[in-house]
Amino acid sequence: MMGRTITEKILAAHAGREAVTPGELLSVQIDLALANDITAPIAIEVFESAGVETVFDADRIALVPDHFVPNKDIRSAEQVQVMRRFAARYGIKHFFELGRMGIEHVLLPEQGLVLPGEIVIGADSHTCTDGALGAFATGVGSTDIAAAMVTGEVWFKVPQSMKFTYKSRCRPWVTGKDLILYTIGDIGVDGATYRAMEFTGEAIEALSVSERMTMCNMAVEAGAKSGIVAPDQKTRDYVQKRATRPFQVYESDPDAEYVQERVYDASGIELQVACPHLPDNTRAVQEVGTVAVDQVVIGSCTNGRIEDLRMAAAVLKGRKVDPKVRLIVIPGSPTVYRQAMEEGLFDIILDAQGIISPPTCGPCLGGFMGILGPGEKAVATTNRNFVGRMGHPSSEVYLAGPAVAAASAVLGRVAGPEEL
Amino acid sequence: MGRIEGKAWTFGDNIDTDVIIPAPYLVTTDSAELGRHCMEGVDPNFSKKIVRGDIIVAGRNFGCGSSREHAPMAIKGAGIACVVAESFARIFFRNALNMGLAIFEADGVAEGIASGDRVSVDPDSGEIINHANARRFSAHPMPSFMQDLIASGGLMAYVLKKR
Ligand code: SF4
Repeated sequence: MMGRTITEKILAAHAGREAVTPGELLSVQIDLALANDITAPIAIEVFESAGVETVFDADRIALVPDHFVPNKDIRSAEQVQVMRRFAARYGIKHFFELGRMGIEHVLLPEQGLVLPGEIVIGADSHTCTDGALGAFATGVGSTDIAAAMVTGEVWFKVPQSMKFTYKSRCRPWVTGKDLILYTIGDIGVDGATYRAMEFTGEAIEALSVSERMTMCNMAVEAGAKSGIVAPDQKTRDYVQKRATRPFQVYESDPDAEYVQERVYDASGIELQVACPHLPDNTRAVQEVGTVAVDQVVIGSCTNGRIEDLRMAAAVLKGRKVDPKVRLIVIPGSPTVYRQAMEEGLFDIILDAQGIISPPTCGPCLGGFMGILGPGEKAVATTNRNFVGRMGHPSSEVYLAGPAVAAASAVLGRVAGPEEL
Repeated sequence: MGRIEGKAWTFGDNIDTDVIIPAPYLVTTDSAELGRHCMEGVDPNFSKKIVRGDIIVAGRNFGCGSSREHAPMAIKGAGIACVVAESFARIFFRNALNMGLAIFEADGVAEGIASGDRVSVDPDSGEIINHANARRFSAHPMPSFMQDLIASGGLMAYVLKKR
């Protein structure tokens, strides 16, 4: 039999099939369906208009009000009310009320709700983050979520896989964020459309699970359907203490077929910045030129985990944010928040005169808690720098990892930590 | 869902959702009304020229642009039986099937089929035949669950029928 990729194996297992071929359409069982305060109300409306009395499994639906929560206005409060009522009526176990709520793609893996070998669908494009644990995870529409809440199934076209191998090790300060920005810069924002991006190689093995999530998170920024990293010992260590149910581990066969393979030397990849207004407009930080910065945001589903906050704090320690810069740090979940506090990272951030926000998407999508005014420039550890993404249409977003973001806050311009 | 046969109407690459159904018409979700403005951005008289059961044939990346579910609804509402293209944009692909519009992806159709040609599509085998020049193209066969879904009129209708 021909070799299979990890993605094909997971899809086949959930379709009750021996093997599947890229391009074919399948109906598969899902392990988890996710929706947030923007997409859940639509899915709930479609679900309720169908007059169905029960959901397929009240333990396998996650509702996370994270985008505009703490409620930014009356309409966002109403959106969450719809979710809250639905959760109570149908006994949805994983509805995360404020206080337990974190950014969905930080929260779900951390809570053990996403496990290797599973299929996760979310009415949110960055659901692909969960591929870092060796799951097949992808964004779908609200209608898909409504139907999945009824049946526990979803249909997919089996994607072709692209293999990205990162040889050697990353340089100091360089993280998964730099690897993925570099890769998107190489293949373009439509370089992986429809496809599964599989990340492998010595540098990936050396990355933390958190950095792997950062990489898979941005797979969609290259147009991909999913990103995935085969589980290893680090993955097992991460999930074992969290797992809420048994799981199965898959990996690609050595003779699996890829539509394209790329090999990079990680030791040659420098700290990256994606300049306005597309995530593939990347270059090494020292090639950006002099760009004065008004605001720095460290957080989001891309880089809002404890490892990211530690790295930012390592740069900020004993330093002060430039007086012309506003530094906003957003821990991705209550757990990250408490851990950062206990490790003394809050003291470092506050001493540097940055501020700490409750967990929320907030400014990442131009929601609230740090909107940019006309002409303002921001360095953000988020994933999209489209026109007006973080505020006024004339504002600009530079995407980077936590080390560059923190160094830019101190120096008042786009810069790497080596310049300090 | 049976075999589809109809007259082809051809379009080029990158036909986006704005030309499929221009934004001013997004104020309704009535598919018959949307259908009256289908493809208006490239051919203002399209909906008047076609007959029920005709087929749209296009190049690469059909349906790129916004995630509006109105685009496949408009095509279906106009009476088009299916869309055959070299490739579809990812969100359009999902939306089309979820709204109950049959679509088929096959290499060579843009070059091998001309407007006015008589074309047939067999969902079971994925075979597409241009009867004007006897050329054949192959799409992935459409599995029976997906044929059921389309015959039911879309994802939610299918889900409810199955319960
Ligand atoms: S943090 Fe940003 S990218 Fe992530 S889910 Fe929230 S809005 Fe989307």
